[in-house]
Amino acid sequence: MPFISNTPEQQKQMLADIGLTMDELFADIPAELMAKSFDLPAGASEQQVRERLAELSDKNSTDLICFLGGGFYDHFIPAAVNSIISRGEFYTAYTPYQPELSQGTLQAIYEFQSAICRLTEMEVANASLYDGGTAVYEAMMMALRITGRNKVVIDDSVNPIYRVMIHSYTRNLRIELEETHCKDGLANREQILDRVDDQTAAVILQNPNFFGCIEDFSDIAAAVHKKGALLIVSCYPISLGILKTPGAMGADIVTGEGQSLGMPVSFGGPYLGFMASRKQYVHKMPGRIVGETTDKIGRRAYVLTLQAREQHIRRDKATSNICSNEALCALTALVYLSLLGKEGLKATAQLCADKASYAYQRLMKISKVQPHFRAKWFFNEFVLDLPCEAAGVIAKLIEEGFAAGFPLSRYYQGMENSMLICVTEKRTKQQIGMLAEALESVL
Amino acid sequence: MKLVFEKSIPGRRAVRTSPSDVPTTMKLDGDLRRQRPAELPELSELDVVRHFTELSRRNFGVDSNFYPLGSCTMKYNPKVAELVASYPGFAHVHPLLPQLRMGGMLTQGALRVLYETDILLREITGMAGFTMQPLAGAHGELTGMMIMAAYHRDKGNEKTTVLIPDSAHGTNPASAAIAGYKVLTIPTGEKGVVDPKAVKKLLTDEAAGLMLTCPNTLGLFNPQIKEICDLIHSVDGLTYYDGANLNAIVGKARPSDFGFDIVHLNLHKTFATPHGGGGPGAGPVGVKENLLPYLPVSIVTKRDDGTYTLEYDRPKSIGYVAPFYGNFAVILRAYVYILMLGKDGLRRVAENAVLNANYVKEKLKYCYELAFDRVCKHEFVLSVSKKMAQNGVRAMDVAKALIDKGFHPPTVYFPTIVNEAMMVEPTETESKETLDAFVSAMIEIAKQAQTDPDKLKSAPTTTPVCRPDETAAARNLNIASL
Repeated sequence: MPFISNTPEQQKQMLADIGLTMDELFADIPAELMAKSFDLPAGASEQQVRERLAELSDKNSTDLICFLGGGFYDHFIPAAVNSIISRGEFYTAYTPYQPELSQGTLQAIYEFQSAICRLTEMEVANASLYDGGTAVYEAMMMALRITGRNKVVIDDSVNPIYRVMIHSYTRNLRIELEETHCKDGLANREQILDRVDDQTAAVILQNPNFFGCIEDFSDIAAAVHKKGALLIVSCYPISLGILKTPGAMGADIVTGEGQSLGMPVSFGGPYLGFMASRKQYVHKMPGRIVGETTDKIGRRAYVLTLQAREQHIRRDKATSNICSNEALCALTALVYLSLLGKEGLKATAQLCADKASYAYQRLMKISKVQPHFRAKWFFNEFVLDLPCEAAGVIAKLIEEGFAAGFPLSRYYQGMENSMLICVTEKRTKQQIGMLAEALESVL
Repeated sequence: MKLVFEKSIPGRRAVRTSPSDVPTTMKLDGDLRRQRPAELPELSELDVVRHFTELSRRNFGVDSNFYPLGSCTMKYNPKVAELVASYPGFAHVHPLLPQLRMGGMLTQGALRVLYETDILLREITGMAGFTMQPLAGAHGELTGMMIMAAYHRDKGNEKTTVLIPDSAHGTNPASAAIAGYKVLTIPTGEKGVVDPKAVKKLLTDEAAGLMLTCPNTLGLFNPQIKEICDLIHSVDGLTYYDGANLNAIVGKARPSDFGFDIVHLNLHKTFATPHGGGGPGAGPVGVKENLLPYLPVSIVTKRDDGTYTLEYDRPKSIGYVAPFYGNFAVILRAYVYILMLGKDGLRRVAENAVLNANYVKEKLKYCYELAFDRVCKHEFVLSVSKKMAQNGVRAMDVAKALIDKGFHPPTVYFPTIVNEAMMVEPTETESKETLDAFVSAMIEIAKQAQTDPDKLKSAPTTTPVCRPDETAAARNLNIASL
């Protein structure tokens, strides 16, 4: 039997040793509760399974030229990333409960926390959360705990996928969630500040926002703080190679989707949520946190710390129910950032921005294409208006070999003709030119 | 060992970025620009590879040796699953693609994996349908509680409490609380399992439901489980099965037959996907027929023509709990595992998991205190013996001494209802030779507790660090190198 080491002979011997039969080992399950049906296919060999899965893999298209983003990005991944994270000592381990056997994972998490702090210019970070969406939700819950208030304001330029997730999570809770409508592609300052009052726990914003537009939230941070509320900023880590950091803007809690840091898009996961905050809020943070300490003869060592926040100690009083997070994805991000380094991250971010800027200018040369927003700055995504329904144009472009973008009508009223286009450093000038020609020909 | 940042040499580079092929240079306004570059390491590729290889050598996984961490099901993770997850058609397909018109037809393979995993899990648990979205076990619990809340809201039920045994994983009460419920704790009965009488005592019309693991964290199956579920149903409560311990009964018994309405499964436990040093996992949630309308959007369905599609029109759904379709690459690995083992293989999983646990338990019960001396399922809980305790030897000392003997220790100090608990879960993938070696090591440690207890207190001596000061870590908080 695959993956079961003991031979039938050994099993018999072990049963004899303990003086029981296999049936007796299951005798505590009442007969009427034994499975009446277990109609699964018979087992298969590795060769058979690989053939079948290769066939299924081939049924997914990988040859489309991809301009899809929306918070999940097709960046270049150096080969060393996968080589390192494929080490069994890392990926077959579990949560580092025994620090003596887990210094590898623990130090890596400490380094990851440090890298996130350096990237976002924040003071503390946790060991990771599931994804960028649950990270925003956890940040919101954290802000409610910190302030003791019950109102949250979120601008609709925050990723709509995150917003629908937050709506799901808060339905059974007494939280007042207010959405403001972005203006010209930027956070709607007037509406936001109008909604913030002495019951507001936090304002949630995103930079670059879902439309790719970038801005400085420093003024909003100052105004929000005056009302005793917190500013939560969700960010795109690659962009922080060149963009003003949430820390520099005065954000209190920063979250993000870390998939872009060395993880393939993998049809939806696993991804990587991260969270950083000001140091004063660390005791209200969800998730694992690793701290540096010394062992009994003074050697530097790393341990899980502040565990009194967590579910395995505090049970229903914990800051979150999270147990396992995305440790291997955090390791992936750390390895990726170590390989790119200080200059590499900056160069990659600049390349994304340059190529997106070029693509924007190139596509705008098509006479029937218009920009949707007046906002001047974007990072590596932008919104174009077409003379007809965007979803139909995108479908036609699939036939031409492009995943050309995302139709915004899916989440935004009045944007039937708008599409969101993403350009990473992997796209070439030639591919951008081909997209422009194809788009022109189908319009 | 130095931090990766401390190895940095200014000007050193690992990855060369491709030269730009576009004429544009985006020059941002000053207030939008980062002022100083992020202080990331400046290293060569070799530096990075050596750093992380050195870190990996300071780690211990299932690939290293026996890892009997109770309640975590640290079984062997088949390598073929890693290979399959790297197939380009799985790794490099954008999750928004099937949401484009025509895009669904370009992701039929991935959609089929999700659909068929759902069908397989239905048969394994007896439930009517699954959502693949939950990204971990605890996330599945929260999803389950949200489904519970949606059911009661829909029926106009005023429900405020959830019943959870004191032996439950900490995630259970935390998930119920985060979903908005007050937790009522059921004390464990004399036999090590929940007594229906204790449930009756706490049961009121306000009870939204019950969360239970069966077998529980003591490794004990509750023969009165059906009666307990019936009690909860008598006040229109729902029953939630925490599938963390499914490895004990997979192929033998199904939670739907016990009377459970909602189930989560930890694919990283029962279905052998790697634990990753603490994630990523996956925690699909299955429900009975009457709760299907509340499952998250979207759900993969099969059309009459045999193609697969995402269904969004679910007006009673709790909404989205994850951005897309769950941790796809984890689900894929579990799918591979189920296909390989098949019907008979999965039955053997439970049989051998239970046999291995009972074998080790019987060998150790004369040197250690058994919390409950009866047939266990996939795991059991030991305490240090009275004689060991008299010499000042604690469960943590046994754990640390095991490290020097080359084993990962069991889960210690959990469940909290047993003093000096050591929770041992061998799993089915371990051989008799490994189990015998572990038993010998444990017996040796018990003897040493009599002859040389101080030596146990100074263990481990073979590791890069020994008993780091956790109190100091919390007091002098240093959680980032800035």
